[in-house]
Amino acid sequence: MDADTFSFTIDGVEVEASKGQSVLEACDAAGVYIPRLCHHPDLAASGTCRICTCKINGRSVAACVTPAAQGMVIENDTPLLTADRRALIEMFFVEGNHPCPYCVASGDCELQALGYRLGMVAPTQPYQWPTNAIDASHPDIYLDRDRCILCSRCIEASRMEDGKTVFGFEGRGIAMRLNVDAAGGLGDTQMAAVDRAASVCPVACIVVKRDSYRIANGKRRFDKAPIGSDIEAKRPGHKP
Amino acid sequence: MDIVIAVQQRLGHVSNAAVQTMAAGLGIHPVEIEDMVSFYAFFDRDPRGRNRIRLSKTPVSFIKGAREVARAFEQALGIQIGDTTADGMFTLQWTSDIGLADHEPAALVNGIALADLTPADVPLILAALRQAGETEPLPSYPPHLSDAEHLPKSVIRSSLVQAGSLLSGSPVRAEGLKAALALTPEAVIEEITKSKLRGRGGAGFPTGMKWRLTRKATGVEHYIACNADEGEPGTFKDRLLLMENPDLVFDGMTIAGYALGGREGLLYLRGEYAYMWDNLQQVLTERRRLGLLGANICGKAGFDFDIRIQLGAGAYICGEESSLLESLEGKRGSTRDRPPFPTERGYLGQPTAIDNVETLVCATRIMEKGAAWFTGLGTKDSTGTKLMCVSGDCERPGVYETPFGITINELLDLVGAPDAQYVQFSGPSGQAIAPKDFGRRIAYEDLSTGGSTMIFGPGRDVLEIALQFADFFVDESCGWCAPCRIGTNLLKQGMEKVVAGRATLADLASTEALANTVVRMSRCGLGQTAPNPILTTMRSFPELYEARLAAASFEPLVTLDDALREAVKVQGREPVTEEA
Repeated sequence: MDADTFSFTIDGVEVEASKGQSVLEACDAAGVYIPRLCHHPDLAASGTCRICTCKINGRSVAACVTPAAQGMVIENDTPLLTADRRALIEMFFVEGNHPCPYCVASGDCELQALGYRLGMVAPTQPYQWPTNAIDASHPDIYLDRDRCILCSRCIEASRMEDGKTVFGFEGRGIAMRLNVDAAGGLGDTQMAAVDRAASVCPVACIVVKRDSYRIANGKRRFDKAPIGSDIEAKRPGHKP
Repeated sequence: MDIVIAVQQRLGHVSNAAVQTMAAGLGIHPVEIEDMVSFYAFFDRDPRGRNRIRLSKTPVSFIKGAREVARAFEQALGIQIGDTTADGMFTLQWTSDIGLADHEPAALVNGIALADLTPADVPLILAALRQAGETEPLPSYPPHLSDAEHLPKSVIRSSLVQAGSLLSGSPVRAEGLKAALALTPEAVIEEITKSKLRGRGGAGFPTGMKWRLTRKATGVEHYIACNADEGEPGTFKDRLLLMENPDLVFDGMTIAGYALGGREGLLYLRGEYAYMWDNLQQVLTERRRLGLLGANICGKAGFDFDIRIQLGAGAYICGEESSLLESLEGKRGSTRDRPPFPTERGYLGQPTAIDNVETLVCATRIMEKGAAWFTGLGTKDSTGTKLMCVSGDCERPGVYETPFGITINELLDLVGAPDAQYVQFSGPSGQAIAPKDFGRRIAYEDLSTGGSTMIFGPGRDVLEIALQFADFFVDESCGWCAPCRIGTNLLKQGMEKVVAGRATLADLASTEALANTVVRMSRCGLGQTAPNPILTTMRSFPELYEARLAAASFEPLVTLDDALREAVKVQGREPVTEEA
């Protein structure tokens, strides 16, 4: 082990990490799954969803934005953290309108998949019934903000990967919305359907038109295996 | 930030055209400008009235008659709160606490503070504003000192009721600074460390250690930022210090700059305190003239330091240090994840120490009087004195300088509140305290505080007040992280059901569980403390919740009448009641 690699433990499992890795990245590489929603492996972590919050050295912090360090003691898969994460997933479900049974993303939606994985049945909190208009001004893409979870992936992807800065936030608190770089809607921006920003949405807020049902319901990513299975498969000695 | 403030002043709002122009000028995208502008309560995207009347909305302002004042404004202007008059002359709004809890009801009119309002003042204020005319450009912002002269109730009497050894004996400008400059920077930090001074914002981080960490961190520049975003409802000590002892604050910043090796200090002044702008700038000018700012300060060769004031624009969250840094950099005031801490990477990515106004005043006096003077006051782990801001149901509201270690009871005796039933201690982010706990001590060891002390007497509705505080956090959540953004809103709705007497035992349990999730999962101090008004009133006043419980085992959140309201409106007919 050289100076730049070290180890920490998560739920009693020893994980090797290298300098510059976040706790989440190190655990992913080691095949230990920490539930997360806003994080995307190709994009800088924003820490908006807080699903990956773990107890690290006794403190509640988000694993995606916490640099891994030698000797950390981390709790991840505990009843309390699972309950908190489930409560958080519920909050997303009631904040927006998420009609899974007839949503284009069903089976491919990370929010839905986390709901299943964390054991959410039906939200116990009251629905907020947002009423954002759909932005269909773009010929190839539509935006359904009622399904937006404000993860900031598209903002980051558009700025850093596409070099366009098509997206941004607007407002604050519960009134915060995804905003686009033109008063006339998405159709007046530089956005193209091939942009990275169009493919990183974890839910069905950004949807490419005429492209939705190429894979039938029932045969999609999370229909086959629970979210996180791909990461857990990397664990040495893992049996599916 | 300054560009947007200037646009808002000139046009009265930040128009789409202005956004385009700014984006082109700065070489960034309009969506990035909108991201920032839409965050702050004092920026508008749509045209508003020429005169902006913002009434302070807090539980304390309500018990002092803010609703009656609001009604007088509504009647005189013929509009509802939140609206603008048809002639475009006036916009009337509520705003979060403006730092005048001892002078409620209070308001900001075009940025000028008006205190101790009564409904009878309303016609006089409106007449003065109308007289100012329509032909001139829009009212200046930040307002000039002279702008306040024609407005009634614009003179605020001093809030200082009791001075202790920090503020007594008319402190002399630059005395502490000169004492510090006679030492090496390391010796200054040593002296502050010996004094055991801890941050006065409430978190209580040791100041000496903060300065040492900042000094040690590598960077091109090192900064000292003074946090004058005093937004915690019920706090107003920084207003007092900045209005009456600005030199002690600037001395403290300069001492810190010397100690940690900085050349620039930043004072982040909350937008609600814009009326202090002129005076503070005059003090800075005077200090530059006296050689207390600029090159070779006080003749100390090689010590160059100056101070810039950054005005905020209405966002409680900017008092959180990482959010303050984002705002200083001209962005939306969302918090940052730590590490890295500001002492390593703060303003513009450089090592930055962020200190409370009161902390810097303490540092100034410690340099002048010595660490031993400071450790001689207070308790073992809470040295010195604390400026307590007392408001609400008491005879003598105001700022009291008290040594650490006194009990709530002793403070209540001092301010004349013998029949207090409930004390909201350290603001809504602090805790609700019932009489059985009035024997507890004010110190970092027991009850830590930023100073806010709101007192509520017999007959006040504790649960209604808790709901108002919950509503405050809904308004002030930055929205970045989900637990705080969504959770504060759900908590408020849960509390509304409690106050309406419709919450069941299961509802209470669900609200409490949700509150604890928000505490554990939120990114920053705002979300982590936002559930406190609910959680701590549940703990301190369980009997009040019990008394308000619904008898049924289940009560829907929405009543049948409410659920049908939309249908009733569409159909134009009322449902028939069963008994008929």
